[in-house]
Amino acid sequence: MTKVHVTTTVNGDPVEFLADPRETLLDSLRNSLGLTGSKEGCGTGDCGACSVTMNGTLVCSCLVLGVEAEGAQIETIEGMGGDTQLHPLQRKFVEHAALQCGFCTPGILVAAKKLLEENANPTETEIRYWLAGNLCRCTGYDKIIRAVQDAAAEMRGEAA
Amino acid sequence: MATVALHLWSGLRRLTGGAEVVEVNAETVGEALDALCAAHPGLAPLIQGGVSVVIDGDMTTSRHHPVTPENEIFLMQRLKGG
Amino acid sequence: MAKDEFNVHNLVGTRPDRPDGLDKVTGRARYGADISAPGMLWAAVVRSPHAHARILSIDTSKAEALEGVKAVVTRADFPTGLTGEDWNLQENTMAGDVALYDGHAVAAVAATSQLLANDAARLIEVEYEVLPHVIDVDDAIKPDAPAIRPGSADASVPEGMAPNVVRYMEFGHGDLEDGFAKADLVCEKSYKTEAAHQGYIEPHACMGQLGEDGKGEMWVCTQGQWFIRRMCSAVLGMETSQLRVTPSEIGGGFGGKTTIFMEPLSLALSRKAGGKPVKLVMSRAEVLRATGPTASASMDVKIGMTRDGTMTAARAEFRMQGGAFPGAPVDMALYCAFAPYKLPAVAHIGYDVLANRPKCAAYRAPGSPMGAFAVESLVDEMCRELGLDPIDVRLKNGVKSGDKSSYGPKFGSIGLTEVLEATKAHPNLAAPLGPNQGRGAAAGYWFNHGGETSVSMAISEDGTAQVSVGTPDIGGSRASIALMTAETLGIPYENVRVNVVETGALGVNEPTHGSRATFASGKAAVVAAEQAIGEMCRRAANEWGIDPEAVEWVDGAAQPAGPNAGKFPPMSIAEIAGKMGSTGGPISGHHEGNLDGVGASFGTHVVDVEVDPETGRTTILRYLVVQDAGRAIHPSYVEGQYQGGAAQGIGWALNEEYVYDDQGRLANPVFLDYRVPVASDLPMIDTVIVEVPNPGHPFGVRGVGETGITPPLPAIANAIQHATGARLRHLPMTPAKVLAALKG
Repeated sequence: MTKVHVTTTVNGDPVEFLADPRETLLDSLRNSLGLTGSKEGCGTGDCGACSVTMNGTLVCSCLVLGVEAEGAQIETIEGMGGDTQLHPLQRKFVEHAALQCGFCTPGILVAAKKLLEENANPTETEIRYWLAGNLCRCTGYDKIIRAVQDAAAEMRGEAA
Repeated sequence: MATVALHLWSGLRRLTGGAEVVEVNAETVGEALDALCAAHPGLAPLIQGGVSVVIDGDMTTSRHHPVTPENEIFLMQRLKGG
Repeated sequence: MAKDEFNVHNLVGTRPDRPDGLDKVTGRARYGADISAPGMLWAAVVRSPHAHARILSIDTSKAEALEGVKAVVTRADFPTGLTGEDWNLQENTMAGDVALYDGHAVAAVAATSQLLANDAARLIEVEYEVLPHVIDVDDAIKPDAPAIRPGSADASVPEGMAPNVVRYMEFGHGDLEDGFAKADLVCEKSYKTEAAHQGYIEPHACMGQLGEDGKGEMWVCTQGQWFIRRMCSAVLGMETSQLRVTPSEIGGGFGGKTTIFMEPLSLALSRKAGGKPVKLVMSRAEVLRATGPTASASMDVKIGMTRDGTMTAARAEFRMQGGAFPGAPVDMALYCAFAPYKLPAVAHIGYDVLANRPKCAAYRAPGSPMGAFAVESLVDEMCRELGLDPIDVRLKNGVKSGDKSSYGPKFGSIGLTEVLEATKAHPNLAAPLGPNQGRGAAAGYWFNHGGETSVSMAISEDGTAQVSVGTPDIGGSRASIALMTAETLGIPYENVRVNVVETGALGVNEPTHGSRATFASGKAAVVAAEQAIGEMCRRAANEWGIDPEAVEWVDGAAQPAGPNAGKFPPMSIAEIAGKMGSTGGPISGHHEGNLDGVGASFGTHVVDVEVDPETGRTTILRYLVVQDAGRAIHPSYVEGQYQGGAAQGIGWALNEEYVYDDQGRLANPVFLDYRVPVASDLPMIDTVIVEVPNPGHPFGVRGVGETGITPPLPAIANAIQHATGARLRHLPMTPAKVLAALKG
């Protein structure tokens, strides 16, 4: 099938790629742009491991077509924070041992970042429902929730 | 060689002429298993398929592990984990 | 090791950041599907849509004619003449004459893109003759059930058993009749559990390359690179050492990544495509249809108990199907079922039964959760009937170190009593319960495992250390191994790097399974570090011109062992390492062997639930895990194992099951329908780490990974009865089943 030329912005950088009209944004990110931080756990929008934001909206990139990225602003885990300027969520996930295998972690971090942008002081229940679309099979979620709470407190300027 | 007692699982009695504890002459786990199979050839495919040997409560996987008449020796189906 | 060495440590027991943390929060950690290579092809697999069908013909011509398709393989491309488990692995990798379950691979194709490979797979035409199938274990064990693989029973099966029984076992001790006669209450009930999938979020993925010269490479997400190497070599008829397997980071395994499913296909395709690397990534539906779930079980349990709660006799008869191949963990289910109890008389009977389902794989404490569901449910039912406290009854009958186990041998050092006492003392047991709320408790057991282990440690020129281990890090084992190595060497945690290495770098290692990584690789790393310390003491002694016996190692430095040894300032590891090139060359340590000294782990869980009488939905209100860790090297990751095991058990208890339609096709091969617990399903999971040190490990470690999945199944059933009066004996306890029981 003839590929489509797509021009878009990923993590602030202008990028171009060719996309088969059937391929997902997740495939384009991983295979055309080499951004393999977003993971495919299901391909059906159930696990959230491929979470990215598109024009500020949290989406499963496995449910978006690559060609739909034309002209959009995409943010992925790779744009969340470098080694020297980690996002507080990234630091708190390591501190709280909120990951075991780490496969779901990029998607959960992207989703949690969006939560804290919309709600700086979420309750435990709000965090649990916000992250209900991000499956983790290792942790039982306990340490993930605590890490998000602690990161939120730090970002609000409260002592943890 | 000393005589040691091997505790089998009772499902194997059919293949040992009814015995659930079989005495063999052996100084190592390997000698004991070989002697067991020699005495009761019907057991050989099951023993060779893999068994776990528990000596005084500790599992061993070595055929060279020494055994003595004072040891409590159990054969169990091979254990594996997730 | 003497017990008095279990004292205060500087590093063991602390909670530093894991060494691979940064990689995993930035997205740069590389998992199975994250690698590419020049010239790489993409693969897709054609799978049987039938539960049981004879393959009459496979026409690959249209696929092969498609531009960009580089190779197609079927079973005809594999060697013949394999036997035993090697044959089972080959048969499961690619069907031969008969497709044995919905999702069984029948052909595979490699092409220049994933979409093209998918297109080509759809062009492969397979003609089937559908055969009668059987799914449920109680149907499969019937004498007139469709015979799935006649002649596959092993020598343990007596003549005359039903055709799908492939293994049979019985064991026990004591006088059962006498025991039941002494009881005031004898109860016998039947229980069922359904197949659950390990549910790791990362689907199986690999990239394989195999040339005409017989040399191969594989990158793969696995719990055990040497298992992958051996199994792929056997299935393909390769020389084992010619295949080099590199483990990727692993996105969960829980036992399901200790074996092969599709990995040999990438190598077979690569060989046929002129040696180009071939990437093969499963979809979620392929993972659920064609990789190892655990077995389903049908179980009868009978227990005798006196009025004061003393258990006098017990009997269990378990039937399990593990798919169309032998290997359901019925043996281990029986071994673990009564393990918490000291029983004067006990009998176990087990049947391993074939059914038209995927080949089961290990799943966290394989078998133990099923056995616990049956036994711990019945013990609870009897406690209720006799008006006894379930924790007290477990304390009364609980096994102690040196007791004869229910499965025969006596126990080594165990900590069940300490676990039960800690459970009783926990504030959760005093929390008030409201209407429709109930509390349930249950115990669980897992043996743990040592196994084949090979570890190397080397001192670098600056006095830091690298450790090469063969056990992939699933949940923080790099951190625990680094802590133990640093503690032994007397250097900072940050000065140790633990590498999970490929098969070319070490002798054979078993996978990260049996809760063994921190126990076995950790134990070997400590021995390797001690060897290096011995060598560093010798180097210092030579510098000082004194006897090596007169040098000791303290806080990361060699020093004279006493005033008579001579007066020399301590020589640090950095000083010794800096000079090693001119004092005798590299300094390293290495240890390998079958590591014995494993310590078993008992745990108790207490759960509070609320059951909605309108809908039958069960909500977990409060959850407590108490378990013996021996010694928690990195307590955060021990807690993580406890919490993760509990969450998986909760899913198995309440939601998860393989649902088949009347054609034997899996009806729920997506996460939407195969529903694992999500964040909003669970509360915080409270943990208590009990530490009864294991004398078989230098720091007292017991494996902690598996026991935690065992108690949730019965604990939740017990809590639902407490809340509603209804007893559910068939998992999962879905709202529909609970509602039916409430009305029942």
